[in-house]
Amino acid sequence: MIDYNNILSEKVANLKPSGIRKFFDLAAEVKDVIALTIGEPDFKTPWHIREAGIDSLKKGRTWYTANAGLIELREEASKYLKRRFNLEYDSKDIFITVGGSEAIDLTIRAIIDNGDEMLLPIPSFVCYDPICRLAGGKVVTIETKRENDFRLTAEELRAAITPKTKLLVLPFPNNPTGAVMRREHLEEIAEVLRGTDIMVLSDEIYAELTYGGERHVSIAEIDGMKERTIIVNGFSKAYAMTGWRLGYVAGPSPIISQMLKIHQYAIMSSPTTSQYAAVVAMRDCDKEVEEMKKQYDMRRRFLVKAFNDMGLDCFTPEGAFYVFPCIKSTGLSSEEFCEKLLHSKKVAVVPGGAFGSSGEGFVRVSYSYSLDHLMEAVKRIKEFLEELER
Amino acid sequence: MDQLLKLLEQNAKLNDEQLSALLGISEEEIAKAIAEYEKDRVILGYNALVNWEKVDPNDCTAIIELKVQPKRDYGYEEIAAEIMRFDEVETLWLMSSSSYDFSVVVRGHSFRDISMFVAKRLATLDSVTSTATNFVLKRYKENYFTIIDEVKDERRHLNID
Repeated sequence: MIDYNNILSEKVANLKPSGIRKFFDLAAEVKDVIALTIGEPDFKTPWHIREAGIDSLKKGRTWYTANAGLIELREEASKYLKRRFNLEYDSKDIFITVGGSEAIDLTIRAIIDNGDEMLLPIPSFVCYDPICRLAGGKVVTIETKRENDFRLTAEELRAAITPKTKLLVLPFPNNPTGAVMRREHLEEIAEVLRGTDIMVLSDEIYAELTYGGERHVSIAEIDGMKERTIIVNGFSKAYAMTGWRLGYVAGPSPIISQMLKIHQYAIMSSPTTSQYAAVVAMRDCDKEVEEMKKQYDMRRRFLVKAFNDMGLDCFTPEGAFYVFPCIKSTGLSSEEFCEKLLHSKKVAVVPGGAFGSSGEGFVRVSYSYSLDHLMEAVKRIKEFLEELER
Repeated sequence: MDQLLKLLEQNAKLNDEQLSALLGISEEEIAKAIAEYEKDRVILGYNALVNWEKVDPNDCTAIIELKVQPKRDYGYEEIAAEIMRFDEVETLWLMSSSSYDFSVVVRGHSFRDISMFVAKRLATLDSVTSTATNFVLKRYKENYFTIIDEVKDERRHLNID
């Protein structure tokens, strides 16, 4: 008998299973759950984007594209970054990946060697940590705080830097908190990083989804930061294209060209159909994005008010499609809260601890759901809290 | 304020407090805006969208194409007023079609019911020169609502996302 434990890579075997997964398994056992757990848009991909994909198939465009992606798409991405975020990138410094996820993987792998340190603000999306570990790096977490609206501060950053620090992950707008770093906050971060060799992985997958009038600002736009920033973005959240699996990365040529090396060996090229569709998304869909954003924005305001009215402190997130209310006042841990809520009211939300230790005491509530769905969920959570008090 | 109308069009049961949260406008302003819309007849009324087929399987709807002969001192407005007064008429539109003038939506308890209404009430009007009755066989979507039991959320939970 083969003992597979001796065969598997130690790094892989030691990876912890995702904390969200445990909860989803639990939620799957309960029937007719009102879920507020999903991290993808409830909208369907706008029709003319889908049509462009279909059209490419009709024309028989079923081959690989260039490793870096369709040149039309890279050029469109270059124009898009300029138009939407005032970023100057030549199309040769942009390439197309399989979702933002691959772009994250490539960035970390291209930079982190054994023993290198990667700074990771938490709570945040759960993939950065394991990818860094696989690359042999050490993850140094920085806990963002409620009193700072879950932003990374210059002080916190400075305190975490060591001579081994090579990469800072900057995941804003943030999943799960919805926090946003505005220009003035990024200026402070840039002040700490300029003059160092620390690179920034700026995960801007939610860049199109910011609320309250101010558009997302990329750290690459701040003086002296473009040369030390790798921008990760994608089509999933902005254009409701999660299933098309398409993202992109932009950064300094010497790094991009090395990342492209990994991409071509591991992936070859990103899905061709998706790339044809994405050209239309970037070129013609600003209006559709605005419309979806308007819907998210209403739901966001509705939920923030609802949670605060229930007595669960909820800061007003300015991005993504999550609210992150604090449940400490119930005296329960976030896991207990979620389990009890699930069993007594059949409402599923994600325990904040799944996104890093500092998420404990909070829950993530997704508003990628219809208003009716959210209203029903809110009603049940309110009942749940009233019953808890009794 | 466009957004306020859109929200109410989707769900007229939203109260001022909910609308205020959704739109980021004070409750007072919401109440004032709605009162004005009502006064100006921008908002004509609020009705429930009833799926009558579930109540009565014979319930039916027809769209009737009416051709009319307007005369001097008795034009489309006067003809419309005459047609409108029937309670059976749910909707009445003057159309730009070359083949007919009015589109009349009528609901009844049976095909026969509606046919009789057309024959006895509409066809007999002096100004009506011809009628063509089109019965609705199946309704799929009305006023933005789909008429099938429930749209399922097909999204799946990933282990991470």
